[in-house]
Amino acid sequence: MKQITVISGKGGTGKTTLVASFAALVENKVIADCDVDAPDLHLLLHPEIIKKEEFKGLKVAVMNKTLCTECGMCEEACRFNAIALTEESGYAVNPARCEGCGACVFSCPQEAIVLKERVSGYTFISKTEYGTMAHAQLNIAEEASGKLVTVVRNHAQQVAEKEQRELILIDGAPGIGCPVIASLTGVDLALIVTEPTMSGLHDLERILDVTSHFGIDSIVCINKYDINEENSRRIANFCRQRGIEVVGNIPYDSVVTEAMVAGKPVIVFSEGAVSDAIKDVWKVIAKNLGGISSN
Amino acid sequence: MMIIAVASGKGGTGKTTVAVNLALSLSNVQLLDCDVEEPNSHIFINPVIEEIKPAYTPVPTVNYERCDYCGKCAAACEYNALVVVPQKEVMVFPELCHGCGLCSMVCPQDAIREEPREIGVIKTGKNSDGNIDLVYGVLNIGEIMATPLIDQVKEELNQEKPVIIDVPPGTACPVIAAVQGSDYCMLVTEPTPFGLYDLRLAVEVLRVLKIPFGVVINKAGIGDSGVYEYCEKEGIQILLEIPYDKQIARCYSEGVPFVQEKPEWKERFAGIIDKILKKKKC
Repeated sequence: MKQITVISGKGGTGKTTLVASFAALVENKVIADCDVDAPDLHLLLHPEIIKKEEFKGLKVAVMNKTLCTECGMCEEACRFNAIALTEESGYAVNPARCEGCGACVFSCPQEAIVLKERVSGYTFISKTEYGTMAHAQLNIAEEASGKLVTVVRNHAQQVAEKEQRELILIDGAPGIGCPVIASLTGVDLALIVTEPTMSGLHDLERILDVTSHFGIDSIVCINKYDINEENSRRIANFCRQRGIEVVGNIPYDSVVTEAMVAGKPVIVFSEGAVSDAIKDVWKVIAKNLGGISSN
Repeated sequence: MMIIAVASGKGGTGKTTVAVNLALSLSNVQLLDCDVEEPNSHIFINPVIEEIKPAYTPVPTVNYERCDYCGKCAAACEYNALVVVPQKEVMVFPELCHGCGLCSMVCPQDAIREEPREIGVIKTGKNSDGNIDLVYGVLNIGEIMATPLIDQVKEELNQEKPVIIDVPPGTACPVIAAVQGSDYCMLVTEPTPFGLYDLRLAVEVLRVLKIPFGVVINKAGIGDSGVYEYCEKEGIQILLEIPYDKQIARCYSEGVPFVQEKPEWKERFAGIIDKILKKKKC
């Protein structure tokens, strides 16, 4: 079984647009949306949830105000500025900042604080028109998105084994931090979607540093390549120098937004230059993965 | 002085475009780029860098002359960042450590000391006109601890000036760290189904944090009317619409703030501040 993660460094370059189209193109796969704090793939694939589970991330400190003597030891112990004296109700925990470390619990001479488990989000396994999908939604203002990504990937792997799939197709998050690294560990290939802007190029350099740091094979696809062809050439040159293959150039076309409004993968929504380019990109990726069957 | 955060759930909607052009439309401001994973403001500001300093987070080190392998540190650590191999060693996994310091607090032998581990750098500079102070954090490659670096960028906050904060995308911990403490938040979105879905999440974050907010619609003219209907229904003020425009897109692609080519927009950006202040008074 092979795994590919689609990432970008910079947000909004077209990761989800590509993943949705690949989902419609590739036959024998499981889909995983690992952008757990702002997932959008479901807006194109319309999953029907068959299994929903609570995700317990970090714990949270809970204070018993009747035992609290307002000595302030907890505030001093907390490195995350999650405990402060409030006018209305004495010392209070700010759950959005609490990382559940327990330093306050240890420091409190009154034993007024305990750590409690909290539901930080939900994971889903769903049916879609294009196959089974593992996804999640992190609750608002929560931590541990990396851990949730790992849970989604484990679900995808279990499904892939059960259904004997040959590929897991992973939609990653923007950035280079915790959730992105969790979506990359152990995958066979990273597809980096970039755009011909100075920000796109800058962010591409950083995400390529991340994939090479973790020893993950990477290929690049330039989306909206024709909005600035000089920058597209610059990106192609940069990739050549680093020995990274550019697997395709996708033109800018308002049909991508129209497909999004229609709630469909663009290759299903319309035929044309964008859909042709995406199909060509997939052919090269399939070769890079050692052959994956397509519809 | 006012602290204004510029955020969005979805990536690539135009946070940096808004933050940078707003900064250039006001005078004498500080811009904090808290998108430490992929900072881009400096590409547009092109600052003369005055200072680069490393940022650290603490990690435990064990003094084996004192350690008796009791295992209390590993038992206390909520992140499984320590493993004690009896009579042999205490393994520390820095990438799991949150730097809370609990292990050193619980150690009965006083055998754990914390040492700084570099997680990134903080760069400070000014644009060529000298009217924007830019501070931005750059997270080290392979590093997962974005939040402490964001906190340290925010320690550079200058109370004497209006401050604009460029926030990372998403709704999780790095966003909270960047937005918290702001007087107002501008949410940048695009009028598409993805833009709308992620805007709703961002709105929930700000409601939890009790920070007043309004919306800037970027690439107006593409997509559908969902974002407008949502804002109307929720009573959310639309502060500004930036049309989808070839010249603006080209400026962005070249790393040029578009108010430099379209100076009439300076007034519109500065006008947002008046709208925010007016709303605050009533």
